[in-house]
Amino acid sequence: MKKIEAIIQPFKLDPVKEALKAIGIDGMTITEVRGHGRQKGHKEVYRGQEYNVDLLPKMKLELVVADARLDEVLRALTTAARTGKIGDGKIFVYDVAEAIRIRNDDRGEAAL
Amino acid sequence: MRLLTLLVCSVAAMAQTPQSVDARLAALDTAVKSAQSAGDNAWMLTSAALVLMMTGPGLALFYGGLVRRKNVLGTMMHSFILMAVITALWAIVGYSLAFAEGNPVIGDLRYAFLRGVGIAPNPDYAGTIPHQTYMVYQLMFAVITPALISGAFAERMKFSAMLLFTVLWALLVYFPMAHMVWGKGGLLNAALGGKIPCFDFAGGTVVHITSGVSALVCALYLGKRVGYPHEQMKPHSVVLSVIGACLLWVGWFGFNAGSALAASGLATSAFVATHFGAAAAALGWMFAEWIRTGKPSVLGAVSGCVAGLVAITPASGFVQPFPALLIGFLAGIVCYFMATMVKHKFGYDDALDAFGVHGAGGTLGAILTGIFATSAINDGFKDSAGKVLALGWVDGNAGQVLNQLIGTAIAWGLAIVGTLIILKICDAVIGVRADRDDEIQGLDLSMHGEEGYFFET
Repeated sequence: MKKIEAIIQPFKLDPVKEALKAIGIDGMTITEVRGHGRQKGHKEVYRGQEYNVDLLPKMKLELVVADARLDEVLRALTTAARTGKIGDGKIFVYDVAEAIRIRNDDRGEAAL
Repeated sequence: MRLLTLLVCSVAAMAQTPQSVDARLAALDTAVKSAQSAGDNAWMLTSAALVLMMTGPGLALFYGGLVRRKNVLGTMMHSFILMAVITALWAIVGYSLAFAEGNPVIGDLRYAFLRGVGIAPNPDYAGTIPHQTYMVYQLMFAVITPALISGAFAERMKFSAMLLFTVLWALLVYFPMAHMVWGKGGLLNAALGGKIPCFDFAGGTVVHITSGVSALVCALYLGKRVGYPHEQMKPHSVVLSVIGACLLWVGWFGFNAGSALAASGLATSAFVATHFGAAAAALGWMFAEWIRTGKPSVLGAVSGCVAGLVAITPASGFVQPFPALLIGFLAGIVCYFMATMVKHKFGYDDALDAFGVHGAGGTLGAILTGIFATSAINDGFKDSAGKVLALGWVDGNAGQVLNQLIGTAIAWGLAIVGTLIILKICDAVIGVRADRDDEIQGLDLSMHGEEGYFFET
């Protein structure tokens, strides 16, 4: 099993969810996060006082998939989340040791 | 047949009322007076309610949006609780000190506990409305004035110290200033026997200079907020501030047009001048900022509108619509530079620009009133022969500008000295500044044990 952690533009959340749903992936966890990579922040001015806002709002998507489905899922995700501009975000993939469904103690890929 | 019946009836009616012409005229006179009183009283009660709306929710939202999230309730409370504190103080002694006849600086205690302030009009101030209407209308001004100061000490003053400060400030600064400008026999009263007649239609000196200058003294005395100016202190919700500023704009019609104390033509011209001043100032601030920083901020536009309302306040019942536009436009630009460049250059932490907007705008408005006041708008000032007096420079009375400067100087002096003394007292008795840990935690939790927002519940 692989865990996919994708940090994407907030406005790309819906297209990504739809793309994943289209290939039969329903489970995921979403967190509103702030951060930046190469994308520079912006300047805000309130009554003459300047503030540099360099941590920008992003969405963090976490989902765990069976090894066999990884490439397919990554392809759907990158296609849906891409604008081609700086700030599109990043995807990290991890090995997962175990998955447990709390309701009935299913283990491994059966729990996904 | 019906016509005949009608005729008989009316002849009979005439025969049954053998009133003299004098008696009927007297009855008519009473009816006309009662009708005028009804109209005036309706407008003045409405105005009183509008002015209360300026403090809460108007100012509470305007200031509440400008602070950080951890201080939103504490800041709104500064405005809200004064609606209660000043009301009690006003009933006990405030109205009397401000509006009873006394010496040129302060009223005596004849109206203490509102004794003798009933339904019968007080012809010295407003002959067509109940004395109580006048009293409660003036109360709303006394409520908002100290609330304006809270913009300077926001996010760092102890709540208990703020209460004591406000009560003493009303007693030592506001009531005397209101008496001098509006009270019978007050030193600066232009209508009721003041030695130095100063025009202040709705409170440029009484409300805005006193509060704005006291705000500067508070900002200097309390010192900067922890982390200012290096840490992020962005307004937590400009949305709240926009709503607050719009409520202030609407409420200000009660403040200025209500100061005509009647539903009169003068109320109309004050209403128009107020509106024009606000509009022009919003544009003035917006364009000044657009040119300097490249973007017209929403906060800038609404701050400009408030600055214009401040500046037009003393002038509103004295000036033509076009000078009102000019006064507003100048106020928008001047207050923009005060709140941005001047504040940063001198480094004082006037957190929400109470001085930059109210002190600067009030001073500008008070002086410009001396230039643009005209008897074409306000013919209520007459000499002993009944001839209408020239008012401002545009009427040929250049000396009025000097009177306005004197009135302004007295308001500045009283605000500086009074506020310093009061802060010293509060500091000795309670300590004015919140503990550092309390300030970092935020006043909502440390002073009030609450938080403004829960997103989880």
